[in-house]
Amino acid sequence: MWRDAVLVAAKDLRIEVRAKVALNQVVPYALVVLLLFGFAFDQDRPLLEQAAPGLFWMAVLFAGLLSVQRSFSVEASDGAIDGLRMSGLEPAGIFLGKAAAVAVQLVGLEVLLTLGIVVLFHTRLAGAGLMLATALISTACVAAAGVAYGALSMGLRVRETLLPMLLAPVLAPVVLAATQAWRAALGLSGGDGWRWLGLLGCFAAIYLAGGTIGFGALIEET
Amino acid sequence: MVLSVRLRSAVALAGRYPVLAGVDLDIVEGEVLVLRGPNGAGKTSLLRVLAGLLPLSAGEISVLGLDPVAESRALRPQVGLLGHRNGLYDDLSARDNVRFAVRASRLPGRSVDGALDRMGLSGRLRDLPAGRLSAGQRRRVALAALAARSPRLWLLDEPHAGLDSEHRSLLDDLLGDVAGEGATVVLASHEVLPEELTSRRMAYMAGGMVVEGGGPVPDTAVTDAGTDGVVPAAETGGAVTLRWHGDGQGAEVPSVA
Repeated sequence: MWRDAVLVAAKDLRIEVRAKVALNQVVPYALVVLLLFGFAFDQDRPLLEQAAPGLFWMAVLFAGLLSVQRSFSVEASDGAIDGLRMSGLEPAGIFLGKAAAVAVQLVGLEVLLTLGIVVLFHTRLAGAGLMLATALISTACVAAAGVAYGALSMGLRVRETLLPMLLAPVLAPVVLAATQAWRAALGLSGGDGWRWLGLLGCFAAIYLAGGTIGFGALIEET
Repeated sequence: MVLSVRLRSAVALAGRYPVLAGVDLDIVEGEVLVLRGPNGAGKTSLLRVLAGLLPLSAGEISVLGLDPVAESRALRPQVGLLGHRNGLYDDLSARDNVRFAVRASRLPGRSVDGALDRMGLSGRLRDLPAGRLSAGQRRRVALAALAARSPRLWLLDEPHAGLDSEHRSLLDDLLGDVAGEGATVVLASHEVLPEELTSRRMAYMAGGMVVEGGGPVPDTAVTDAGTDGVVPAAETGGAVTLRWHGDGQGAEVPSVA
């Protein structure tokens, strides 16, 4: 399974390196979303500082949707998914590989978005350990749930519009928990960020286990 | 005589529409079978059933001695399927596409360059992104990926599509060679085929059934698709009652048992 995951992740990342869709489209899109949030709150700097974690994770969610759609459009466009199904690769390995490739792209994006909220929203970074752990676990949640739902919607003609509709409610608790954990890390709330991190860990475990177990059935149904 | 493929009264549905409506077919190991028939006759569906991508609703199936759905993990690495689409990643080079197909099948990468050579893909063509290749070149990359995997069963849907005469000959030679080495080839086509292939065994499909050339099974066991008719639920394994039309345009399912 792990060998298959590495093979699929390497393939997906190689495709992204060659196509540069993440670099040329997803990253600018996420930065524009942050910028628009800034315009929406205008000159209300205290409010922007308070809202920065939530806006950050909303931008990650939107960009994550694009990354997941891209991850499956390369499989669907010339029928490559049939090749994956016929290859003998373990479905769990395909799931973990595709999720890992999406996660790697999202981590890179989050580094840039973190710089974005520092520059645009004047966020003062603090609690690095909690922020980093939250980012990694939330990314795992977004990637795992995204890949599972991406497979579910892949064979449908309306997948471009259906995927956000399916995925956003599933990831809403992740955005909420990640936002609260970052607010605690940044000293914007008095809550215990590590408890929110624990909740995120539960979500990550559920999404990863569910995807690992169910991915074979999902790609057979497409 | 070892059978690679054995189908009995095979029924497959797409929604409620029977794309296979009671197929009986035997294919012997090392045989090249050319499937002919009009559009919508069920050729593509038959190939997908043999690959295990489309499950049977009724009937019996054995492919390389395995059930294509229940034992798909064991079967699929031994089967190569080339559909209407090539299954290539546009942003990967021809070589990378073939290499990924080989490594995904847990095979060593030694066969990659030989397979590309075999399909006439040499020089800079190998390193161009597949998305920049012509339709015929893409078809050849997909065929090279199959050749590099050396499957025991080749399922080819219109494999000559987009190929020029030189590369059609390359493909025909390849198919002759792999059959000579013991692999079984099932090729669906309604193009004019070269003599090498027309001299092989032909099976004709219409209305989701093999109406001629299904194999050693008695012809009376193959439902006559020349006229409209009905196969009762009891004869399709109890799953569906079939009603078909003899115009080669498929069948319909008026009721599900």
